[in-house]
Amino acid sequence: MDIRSLSIGKIRDGLLARRFSAVDLAQETLRFAEAQNPATNAYLQFSPERALSAAARVDAKIARGEDPGPLAGVPVAVKDVILTKGVRTTCGSKLLAEYVPPYDATAIARLEEAGGVVLGKTNCDEFAMGSSTENSAFGPVRNPLAPDRVPGGSSGGSAAAVAQGTAAVALGSDTGGSIRQPASFCGVVGVTPTYGRVSRYGLTAFASSLDHIGPMARTVRDAAVLLQTIAGRDPLDATSAEAPVPDYTQSLDGNVKGLKLGLPREYLKDLTSETGDLIAAGVETLRKLGCEVREIGMPTTDYAIACYYIIATAEASSNLARYDGVRYTFRSQASGTLSDMYRHTRGEGFGAECKRRIMLGTYVLSAGYYDAYYLKAQKVRALIARDFARAFSEVDAIVAPVSPFPAFKLGEKIDDPLAMYLSDIYTITGSLAGIPCMSVPCGKTAEGLPVGMQILAKHFDEPTMFRVADAFERARSN
Amino acid sequence: MKITEKEVRYVADLANLSLSEPEVHKFQADLDEILGHVERLNEIDTTGVEPMAQVLYAGGDTARLRADRERPPLGTETALANAPQPGNGYFKVPKVIER
Repeated sequence: MDIRSLSIGKIRDGLLARRFSAVDLAQETLRFAEAQNPATNAYLQFSPERALSAAARVDAKIARGEDPGPLAGVPVAVKDVILTKGVRTTCGSKLLAEYVPPYDATAIARLEEAGGVVLGKTNCDEFAMGSSTENSAFGPVRNPLAPDRVPGGSSGGSAAAVAQGTAAVALGSDTGGSIRQPASFCGVVGVTPTYGRVSRYGLTAFASSLDHIGPMARTVRDAAVLLQTIAGRDPLDATSAEAPVPDYTQSLDGNVKGLKLGLPREYLKDLTSETGDLIAAGVETLRKLGCEVREIGMPTTDYAIACYYIIATAEASSNLARYDGVRYTFRSQASGTLSDMYRHTRGEGFGAECKRRIMLGTYVLSAGYYDAYYLKAQKVRALIARDFARAFSEVDAIVAPVSPFPAFKLGEKIDDPLAMYLSDIYTITGSLAGIPCMSVPCGKTAEGLPVGMQILAKHFDEPTMFRVADAFERARSN
Repeated sequence: MKITEKEVRYVADLANLSLSEPEVHKFQADLDEILGHVERLNEIDTTGVEPMAQVLYAGGDTARLRADRERPPLGTETALANAPQPGNGYFKVPKVIER
């Protein structure tokens, strides 16, 4: 059994045929992951007790002849912004270095209910703020395919674990591209579902109108199965959607003949030549499969970064106000008055990027600037969403690059925040509109760096998105 | 210049964030550059456009309240488990009022 290439289906077959037990698989994967981890720093910690007891429950079900669930025995890596009861959850921050959550996120409870085995927590940019995983207080993650390069971010640890084979699948979180961009950089599949499709109960809040939990996997099918288990209404998250969850595997039939796909011309002008060539070849593959691809216009694209960095930072400045030294583990020793305690705890606890975003968010919400910045950005957001609505009246799905370039070098952009922000240009638009979007591998550059193709669909039309991604994946592997 | 060091200090104060002098210089430059980029939003005519506070699906509610039923709370001990300074069932903070 090669752990690095196990799929959800293969694990299920192996368990049901009694070729291995879930406990065997969990132990072996933990051993492998612990040995491999120094090369990438993908995991911040492992949760062997929790993993082995979940695996033992799966084995007991199989022994009793019961259905062990759709994720039976599947080793899952979880981004460290998602709460796990009794397992330290740091959000990549010094502030929460010792924080042990008193409850599980709904996504965690659901995936364990489905037989999933949580192996450990993965490294990420502090409070999911970043595009390279260099903003973690616990050191950066290295791209398993190119150790001198970033894995992308902020879900860089989850992407690296799936690419490296130290987990079969992973959970990430996405606010402006934090699942799709690292998936693209590490050559795996990453899905940002429709806003509200997956409960955020237990997801540490960054920007509440934009935050998502989503799956990362080595195949489209595995990502679809993982999303299936975590999606759906949750009474503990008022923003989770009532819409019924369709059977996503039904759409993995390879039949895309006659589908109309839009290719936004605004997404093609700033690509490196290799990324441009790979995307063009990917589009050609979709044409050969029978899709009708046409160029479309998304005129508001150039305004998306500005819009996003106002809305996301404004919301972040409110959400991060709770880290004040009273409730969450870290308190500055340099505390005189109550006010000093707040200021020093936050000054010492937050890293540079969090501080920068708190500052920007506080500024755009402050008296005299609210209308000019925050309200204006919310109006532009409505126009960006309108661009997508117009596009989806003409096409079934949109195909686009995920990032203008492949994985960049560690340290290359860390001192230039605006350059780092601008790298999120093609993922931020879909986040602002709240539509489902995903990254699927599209090939590699001459240097061997993966490039992802993005597929975007209407609200709740994950089936069409998965149908296109799955057909594309099959065509590429043939 | 979009933002001065004085304004940076004022905003840090609003955010309850202590900043070192080098941080004040750095954030002045960073925020100035970012706010310069953000200026481009003024190129778009948004007359008559409703601000979008939440992603709105076509049809159907986006937010729904759960039934108002009692659920067991976390309990004081669990809620205080991560407190830097718990005491007598409370979160302790530096003294606010002098007797």
